[in-house]
Amino acid sequence: MTGKEYRTITDVKGPLVFLNKTEPVAFGEIVTIRLADGSLKNGQVLDTSDDLVIVQVFEGTAKIDRTAGVTFMGDVFKLPVSKDLVGRILDGAGRPRDGGPDIVAEENADIIGAAINPFSRQSPHDFIQTGISAIDCCTTLVRGQKLPIFSASGLPHNDIALQIARQAKLKGSDEQFIVVFCAMGITAEEYNFFRSDLERTGALENAALFVNLADDPAVERIITPRLALTAAEYLAFEHDYHVLVIYTDMTNYCDALRQIGAAREEVPGRRGYPGYMYTDLAMLYERAGIVKGKKGSITQFPILTMPGDDITHPIPDLSGYITEGQIVISRELHQQGIYPPINVLPSLSRLMGSCIGADTTREDHKSVSDQMYAAYAQGRELRGLVAIVGEDALNERDKQLLDFSGVFEDRFLRQSRDEDRSIDETLDLCWELMSSIDTKYLVRLDQKWIEKYHPDNKA
Amino acid sequence: MSKEGVIYRISGPVVTATGMSAGMYDVVRVGNEGLMGEVIELHGEKAVIQVYEDTSGIRPGEPVINTGETLSVSLGPGLLTQIYDGIQRPLPTLEEVMGVFITRGVDADAFDLEKKWTFEAVVEKGAAVEGGQVIGHVQETETIVHKIMVPPTMSGVVKTIKSGDFNVTETVCTLEDGSEIQMMQKWPVRTPRPYRQKYAPDTPLITGMRILDFLFPLAKGGAAGIPGPFGSGKTVTQQSLAKYSDAQIVVYIGCGERGNEMTEVLDEFPHLIDPNTGKPLMNRTVMIANTSNMPVAAREASVYTGITIAEYFRDMGYDVALMADSTSRWAEAMREISSRLEEMPGEEGYPAYLSSRIAEFYERAGRVETKNGDDGSVTVIGAVSPPGGDISEPVSQGTLRIVKVFWGLDAGLARQRHFPAINWLNSYSLYPQSLNQWFRDNIAQDFPEIRTQISGLLQIEAELQEIVQLVGSDALPVDQQLTLEVARMIREFFLQQNGFHDVDAYCDINLQYSMSKAILSFQEAAKNAMAAGAQLNDVVNVPARTALMRGRFEKGYIDTIDDMVKSMVDEIAGTVEDN
Repeated sequence: MTGKEYRTITDVKGPLVFLNKTEPVAFGEIVTIRLADGSLKNGQVLDTSDDLVIVQVFEGTAKIDRTAGVTFMGDVFKLPVSKDLVGRILDGAGRPRDGGPDIVAEENADIIGAAINPFSRQSPHDFIQTGISAIDCCTTLVRGQKLPIFSASGLPHNDIALQIARQAKLKGSDEQFIVVFCAMGITAEEYNFFRSDLERTGALENAALFVNLADDPAVERIITPRLALTAAEYLAFEHDYHVLVIYTDMTNYCDALRQIGAAREEVPGRRGYPGYMYTDLAMLYERAGIVKGKKGSITQFPILTMPGDDITHPIPDLSGYITEGQIVISRELHQQGIYPPINVLPSLSRLMGSCIGADTTREDHKSVSDQMYAAYAQGRELRGLVAIVGEDALNERDKQLLDFSGVFEDRFLRQSRDEDRSIDETLDLCWELMSSIDTKYLVRLDQKWIEKYHPDNKA
Repeated sequence: MSKEGVIYRISGPVVTATGMSAGMYDVVRVGNEGLMGEVIELHGEKAVIQVYEDTSGIRPGEPVINTGETLSVSLGPGLLTQIYDGIQRPLPTLEEVMGVFITRGVDADAFDLEKKWTFEAVVEKGAAVEGGQVIGHVQETETIVHKIMVPPTMSGVVKTIKSGDFNVTETVCTLEDGSEIQMMQKWPVRTPRPYRQKYAPDTPLITGMRILDFLFPLAKGGAAGIPGPFGSGKTVTQQSLAKYSDAQIVVYIGCGERGNEMTEVLDEFPHLIDPNTGKPLMNRTVMIANTSNMPVAAREASVYTGITIAEYFRDMGYDVALMADSTSRWAEAMREISSRLEEMPGEEGYPAYLSSRIAEFYERAGRVETKNGDDGSVTVIGAVSPPGGDISEPVSQGTLRIVKVFWGLDAGLARQRHFPAINWLNSYSLYPQSLNQWFRDNIAQDFPEIRTQISGLLQIEAELQEIVQLVGSDALPVDQQLTLEVARMIREFFLQQNGFHDVDAYCDINLQYSMSKAILSFQEAAKNAMAAGAQLNDVVNVPARTALMRGRFEKGYIDTIDDMVKSMVDEIAGTVEDN
């Protein structure tokens, strides 16, 4: 069916092209549009019927007129995948951006990706050590998890993502992750920052980059993460790699989704985002995991910036309902000069329970993590009270907790951008800091761990 | 018009066909691959179809075949322990056929059609039977007897019936009019199964969760809604209910939720033991898993598939509990389909019929007299995931208008690691009145009064806390400080419960009563001691009280608690002499 060129465009609206009466066109089919000057644009069929076909154009509809020729390629969007993707930089539509040759396909993979049968999944349980205390201790990352960073503009989420990409490893193993990096609508400056950091640390050789920048067509962003995830699935499930997918910024992706929804005159949901955004996001996030009988895994680290620091905004809200927890970056901590400014209180790792303990991290991990969290939460609450009644009004316990919240931020959270703490170092640090609180107030610690790990007893 | 038409238009999961005679909710096969779909709208000679599988690559002009049936589930021995997708295809079978990724165009029988079950007839030749009447038994799992019923639409006089080993499609019974009865029957999912009459619920569904059983009890045959923002523990609560509630059959619907979470359930359940029977939990469970990235139309169907299976077991005279996690995803599936149909939207883009669909769904719960004359019930517990945790949105509101129990999850409590994070101030249950008699007869005469005292204390605490926020707790008179301590004990000792702890996860209802009495004993003893001059601090810190509170993590607590309370009371009395 390829080859026949139609010149039947009736309407062009935003990123959409409408054309009349064609041969039967498949839903989701790929389309090439040839302009009067001979240049080509790509698109995909969004709606097809005997009378009317709606095509979403990835590169934007500039210069398309009614004489443009439309060719249907006879197939849905596929990405040529091969092991050679590792070490390459591609653009948002999957074409080489690094000046290298085209990818020679070992296989052409459908980018939509089929859902993993829940029965065929394997529960994630391998602890990933990121070397960042706040994450390792309080919101532990598990191989096969999807754990987004909820950040906001002006915060160092990129540094944190890169630090994780650099340092992430299984405990007691040097096995590296393959990083698949997917940029959606970020600035050239941010991109250069990522690329140079990956280059500097030699990680670029073990990475595949899919890059759609802020001045690239917005609609292309719809497929960029799908390409990245298709590559990730291929590497993980055909070549046994452990893949870490970092994508940034989900907010730009969702805005592109809204743009298409608006052009199609769809009924909008909350804040103008389409009603199917939950399903759409799930189709990306749910592509994380481990499946039975395959050695590889996909771990996802989506980064999203919360508009107006609002965690109830539809983008973080819907993401939070799909992902297995979240790491929340705090402006307040950032302004205090603390890096990484992770607010552990609203942060959560839903899979943490399955990967911590004697066999994986350390026997006291759960107990320590609960106590650190509880003490910090109480300490933070007391700060509010102190602002009203003054520090003198506090009793001994409250004073200790208040002080603890300070050292928690200053010594536990704070670490440098290249400081890679092992889980043992992190937990030992926890004990050292908690020793400033009288043990009788440490009610969440098991007595046996106090006897074994408390600095007073160790010495 | 024929049974076969052609595709006219495709827009995501919605396909329009022409040239086909079709009725509403007919099941059709779409395209060359025969994808399963359902007619949801008719426009002249066009039929609008929602397709339960991915539609990429399908073209206009491909055939559409009307099967003439409505979307139905297969009901019969073999249902228990199964794991289905939204349209009752067993996931293990799909794995065998397609591998780990769910592709499309594959049919699978709901259960093994060849397996022989031992059928034991309970009616004899010549008996007059009606639809819904039990004609035989099959021991389906160790704990559950599957009762074979006359399909609801049939009745007559038994001509032949034989006990023995049969598979589900073999005829086990014939009627005088020539109709044949097999062990498997089909029922359309969107039609409630018939019963004789509905009763008012009068028995509580015991869940083993203190805050639920004690403060906000749910009746067998009732309906409850659990709204809460993400991370507040909806899924953990639902799973605890599936594990520990004293229903005889559990249907668990994972509707549009996380894949890994479903896997955890699938991994965990086969190893869990039912505290009520001592047998594996899977023996009484049917699971439906349609994760968020599986086709959206199948998600819409999944709750109907689940409730129809639940009703079928109810008709055997069982108490069935159905958990739907989450009904918001179901509502979103309706919204998505509705928007593809270009229907005029109601609130927040949801279709205008949202609230009536929600009401119809919850109305399928109830305690009934079955067609066989037995007492059976379906209890529905629906999780709701309101955006941003704000329950003023349409799905929460539509649910709250119909359910009688509201378990409100609270992000603030979850953040303080108070689990289950159910807010005791805004949650409610409208059942205590009808259940009080049961509690009086089966647990203790004063059960309702104790409950009133406990919830009263929590109310007072909320009022006192407002003052404490302003002036600090030291400024309160000592009797009020004691009230705060008692309320704290209620929260930390009674309401908090560790769903992952071996012992604490399930709390016997009798033990719940003892624990609540223990709190009141503490209050009483402390009040007396302080009237005699004891200090609040000494009273609160008696070692026996700490021991009492820790005791709930130990096995056999129900036997030791009374002694522990006694020693606490003695020690508290002792604090008077010290002064």
